[in-house]
Amino acid sequence: MSYEIKLDIFEGPLDLLLYLIRKNEIDITNIPIALITAQYLEYLEMMRSLNLDLAGEYLVLAATLVHIKSKMLLPPVEGELEEEEGEDPRAELVQQLLEYQAFKEAALSLDRRPLLDRDLFTRGAPEEALSAEEGGEPEALIEVGVFELVAAFRRIVAGLERPEEMEIDAEKISLADRINEILVRLEEEKQLTFEELIGERRERRRIIYTFLAILELMKLRMVRAYQSGPFGAIRIFPAVEEE
Amino acid sequence: MDEKVAIIEALVFASEAPLTTDKITEILPGTDRKGTASLLGELVREYEQRGGGIYLAEVAGGFQFRTRTEMAPWIRKLKAARPAMLSPAAMETLAVIAYRQPLVKSEIDRIRGVDVSGALKGLLEKKLVRIVGRKDVPGKPIIYGTTRKFLEVFNLKDLSELPTLRELKDLQTAS
Repeated sequence: MSYEIKLDIFEGPLDLLLYLIRKNEIDITNIPIALITAQYLEYLEMMRSLNLDLAGEYLVLAATLVHIKSKMLLPPVEGELEEEEGEDPRAELVQQLLEYQAFKEAALSLDRRPLLDRDLFTRGAPEEALSAEEGGEPEALIEVGVFELVAAFRRIVAGLERPEEMEIDAEKISLADRINEILVRLEEEKQLTFEELIGERRERRRIIYTFLAILELMKLRMVRAYQSGPFGAIRIFPAVEEE
Repeated sequence: MDEKVAIIEALVFASEAPLTTDKITEILPGTDRKGTASLLGELVREYEQRGGGIYLAEVAGGFQFRTRTEMAPWIRKLKAARPAMLSPAAMETLAVIAYRQPLVKSEIDRIRGVDVSGALKGLLEKKLVRIVGRKDVPGKPIIYGTTRKFLEVFNLKDLSELPTLRELKDLQTAS
């Protein structure tokens, strides 16, 4: 049986490359591309032999490295435009590495700041743990997918009074606003039904935006939708991170 | 202690979130923004001189009492639970968003050289990052930015207080 281990030592291919550059004490703006490419590929091979889950991005960078290496081996073509001669094939990669390095350092300096609830605290606030399940099993909830949501959506739209009054766009709503609104309400209420989220004003536009917002949030895995049974009320919960 | 300073102390103490100068000015009769600011400054100094366990921090556009960092080991014993830490991947993603906001996910992916979906999701759930809007290009990608909570957690007055990106500055002047 094969299994996969996620390698967390490196935060990605750029991180691995930076590590190799530091290890070899190389000037980042003048990378000996053949040496680094060889070492980089060695690492990938090692990771693969350990059956580590290699993200596709590692391979993309490997291809980039090999491509740069081959470019540097080729003699400049005679007929080529003069201006392009000075172009270092490594330039783009160097730029990317420097940028990544800057943010890596910025992340470290952020982490070194006195952080709330780690290094400093405010006056005792109610424990976050309150949100954990309070014993007892209310009702078995089944996680629902997009199809059940669509069905609920159709039921609500069908319930709209037929002769819809001419709607004047008094209220301009945007999807981003609706998403933020839903998140804020969910944070307060912990759970809401689809109907509650739509609220009193059952205008077509509002229903559609609410529906789209929930779909977007489900896609981002920021909310989960559950249903107590077929055609039961769909409840939306804020997704809790499992780690 | 000046009575007004005493009132401000009580207001900040009773407030759940960092209390803004504007809010205090609104409550205190006969003061303007400038007056409130100077009274707040007085209060900040008083706590500084007292050298106690707490200080008045200016954070996320307001004022809040916070414990001094030296007190952290004892408070951690009180709280027992380990604080929720951010993974290096989450920190890097957060740093990119903090410095480059507002920006779309593909830009974060490009800078970090990996797919940041997981880290981004965690940051959204922790309310350190929020959806700011959608970019008006094909596909209408979502634009992200940091939240007020980000400022509170990282003990920042505002975004301008973020340390400057040294490397990037050098890079720009060089090119």
